Amino acid sequence: MATHFKIDGLKAEIEGKEILKGLSLEIKGGEIHAIMGPNGTGKSTLASALMGHPKYEVTDGSVELNGEDVLEMAVDERARAGLFLAMQYPSEIAGVTNSDFLRSAINARREEGNEISLIKFIRQMEGKMKELEMNPEFAHRYLNEGFSGGEKKRNEILQMLLLDPSIVILDEIDSGLDIDALKIVANGVNTMRSEDRGFLIITHYQRLLNYIKPDFVHVMMQGRIVKSGGPELAERLENEGYDWVKEELGIVDETVGQEA
Amino acid sequence: MTTQTILPIDRETLAALSQNNNEPAWLSALRLEALELAGQLELPIVEKQKISRWNLDTYGTYTKSPAIQSVNELPESLQSLVKLEENSSVLVQRNSSVVFQQLSAELAAKGVIFTDLQTAIEKHADLVQKYLFQAVKKDENRLAALHTAIWNGGVFVYVPKNVEVDLPLQAVLMADDANATFAPHVLLIADSNSRVTYVDNYLSTDAIGVDQVVHNGVVEVFVNAGANVRFASVHHLNATNVTYRRAVVENDGRIEWIIGEMHNGNAVSETMSVLKGNGSSSDMKVICTGTNDQKLSITTKAVHFGKSSDSQMFTRAVMRDQASAIINGITKIEKGATKANGEQTEKVLMLSPKARGDANPILLIDEDDVTAGHAASVGQVNPEQVYYLMSRGISKQDAERLIIHGFLAPVISEIPLENVQDQLRSLTERKLGQ
Ligand SMILES: Nc1ncnc2c1ncn2[C@@H]1O[C@H](COP(=O)(O)OP(=O)(O)O)[C@@H](O)[C@H]1O
Ligand SMILES: [Mg+2]
Repeated sequence: MATHFKIDGLKAEIEGKEILKGLSLEIKGGEIHAIMGPNGTGKSTLASALMGHPKYEVTDGSVELNGEDVLEMAVDERARAGLFLAMQYPSEIAGVTNSDFLRSAINARREEGNEISLIKFIRQMEGKMKELEMNPEFAHRYLNEGFSGGEKKRNEILQMLLLDPSIVILDEIDSGLDIDALKIVANGVNTMRSEDRGFLIITHYQRLLNYIKPDFVHVMMQGRIVKSGGPELAERLENEGYDWVKEELGIVDETVGQEA
Repeated sequence: MTTQTILPIDRETLAALSQNNNEPAWLSALRLEALELAGQLELPIVEKQKISRWNLDTYGTYTKSPAIQSVNELPESLQSLVKLEENSSVLVQRNSSVVFQQLSAELAAKGVIFTDLQTAIEKHADLVQKYLFQAVKKDENRLAALHTAIWNGGVFVYVPKNVEVDLPLQAVLMADDANATFAPHVLLIADSNSRVTYVDNYLSTDAIGVDQVVHNGVVEVFVNAGANVRFASVHHLNATNVTYRRAVVENDGRIEWIIGEMHNGNAVSETMSVLKGNGSSSDMKVICTGTNDQKLSITTKAVHFGKSSDSQMFTRAVMRDQASAIINGITKIEKGATKANGEQTEKVLMLSPKARGDANPILLIDEDDVTAGHAASVGQVNPEQVYYLMSRGISKQDAERLIIHGFLAPVISEIPLENVQDQLRSLTERKLGQ
C-alpha cells in the first residue's frame, strides 16, 4: 500500500502547557516535506508528539498512518508500524552496546524464532556504517555514550538505514555537523528516497535543504504551520530570514508556551 | 541486656559429631569454645536492617550425603555450572558434606591441594591449623561463632610457591535437604608468587523447606607475598544467607573478588580485603539483585595497612518489588599506610516505586599521605532511555531489560571467566525479567 501519513488538527501539551495548537499536514510516499522555523516554535514538540513521548499529551486531533490510528499505539508499536524519528537529542545508554541495541531493534520487527543471524546482521551493520564513514569501533561502543554531537547524528541515520521505516522524521539532523558530515548524512537520506517512503525534515537552517531537495516547505510559528510553499520558500527564508513572514502574518513573538 | 540465645545444637551433640568425624582434639575444642561464645555474643551490627527479625535460627542437623561417582548424578540445573573435563578440578558439597572431588593430575603433581576441608584437616593438619579462623575470628559476633562451631564440608585450596594454576578451580555448594545443616567453610592459601583462579556457586534447590535453612558461611583467603588470587563466587540461595569473606594480602599480593549476590532470600554479606603488605592490592566487583520482599545488606570493605596499597570497589545493585538493599562501601586507611589509594563506587537501580536502596560510601582515613575517592548513586530506570529504545520498535519489557543489563554490564563484562559472565546474565534475566 502506498504510504500515507495524515496529521489533522493536532494539539499537544507538556506539563499542562499547550504547545501544538492545531497542526495539520499530509505526507505521501515519495514526498519530502521540510518544516522550518525559529527556535521555540514547537518543532521538536511535533516530532515528540508524533512518536509518542510520554511527557507530551495529545489533547486533540488525529494522526493516521495508512489508515491506522497512530495515537492509539504505544511508542514501540508506532515504530514497528513504520514511523522513525531521528531525535534532536538522542539518549545515551551506558552498558548497552550500539550493536546489541541495533540487533534488538531489528529483531523487534521479526517473528520470534526468525531473528536475524548474527553474521547477516554484522554484514548489514558494517555495510551501512561504511556508507556513513563511521569508525567500525562505534558498533562496540555503548549507545551514544561519549559520542560527539555529530557522531550521535550519524548514529541516528545508521538506525534509519537499518530499520527501513516508511515515515522518517529528522529533527535538526544537521545541527552539530560540519559540511562534510552534512553531505554524508544527506547522502544517506537521499539513498533512502523512494516511492513508498515519506520524509519530514525539521530544521531551522536552510543549509541542509541544499543537499536534500524538499518538495514542500512549511514554516512553523506559535505551534502551528503558518505558511507553506515549494523549495523557493526555503530559499527566500535563507536570504531574508523570518521577519517578513512575521510581518505578513502580524506575529510579534513567534515562540510558543512562554506566556506564564 | 541479656537475652537467652537458643543455639541450634547442644554441647554434647556437637562433641559427639566432632568425634564421629574423627576430628583432632584442637578442632573439637575450638568448636565447643565457639559454641559457648555463640551463646554469649550478640548478633553483628547490620546498619538499617533488623536482622534480629530474620530467620537466623533454623540450621537443621549435620547430614552426610552419599558420595557420587560423577557429576551426572547431580540435579541437571547444577551440571551446567561446572565444566567437567579430564583436566578440570571440581569439588561438590551437598548439604553438610562434600560428595565429589576431582583434581587434575597436572596440578596434583605440582603440589596443589584442592579438597574438602575435613579431609585437609586429616592430611595437612599443620597447614590448616596455621590459617583456619585467622582471618575471620570466632569471637567477632554470634554468627561467626556459630559458624566456627558448626561448619561442615568446606573447601581447602593450597597453591605452593611459584605455582601458577591456569584453569580455574571450580566448586559447587548446594543445599537440597530441609533438615540438613549447610555451613561450608572455604580456606584458600596462595603461597608466595603463586597464581590461582577459584570459582564457586552456592545454590539451593526448590525442594520444600530448603528455603528455611540458614546458610552461614565463611571464606578465608590468604594471599602471600607476590601471589595473585582471583576469587569468583555466585550465590543464589533461597534461604537466609550469611557470608563473611575475607582476604589477607601480603607484600605485592593481589586479590580480585568477583561476587554475584543473586539470592532469593534475605542476605548479609561482607567481603573484605585486609591489605597488610606494602604494594598489596584488592579489586572487588559485586553485583546484587533483589526481588519481592527481600532484605539485603551487602558490604565491601578494604583495610589498608601496607604502604602504596591499592583498593578498588565497585558494587551495582538492582532492586525490584519491595526489595530493599543497604549497600555499604568502607575504605579504611590506617596510619602509616602512606601512598595508599582507595576508590569505591556503589550504584543502585530501582525498578519499582516500593523498592529501596541505600548506598553508603564511607571513608575512614588516619593517614595524610593518601588518595581516596568515592561515588554513589541511587536512581530509577530513566524514562527517556525507555522512550528512546521503544522509539526503535523495542518493547517496553525488552527496553527495560536492555537497560538493566547495561547497568550491570560494567561489572559483568569485566569478569575474566566467560561462563561466570553468562551465568550472571542468565540469573539476572531469570530474577528480574517480568
Ligand atoms: N520539557 C519541556 N518542559 C516544559 N516546556 C517545554 C519542554 N519542551 C518544550 N517546552 C516548551 O515548548 C516550546 C517549544 O519547544 P520545542 O518544541 O523544543 O521547539 P523547537 O524544536 O521549535 O525549538 C519551548 O519554547 C518550551 O516553552
Ligand atoms: Mg527542536
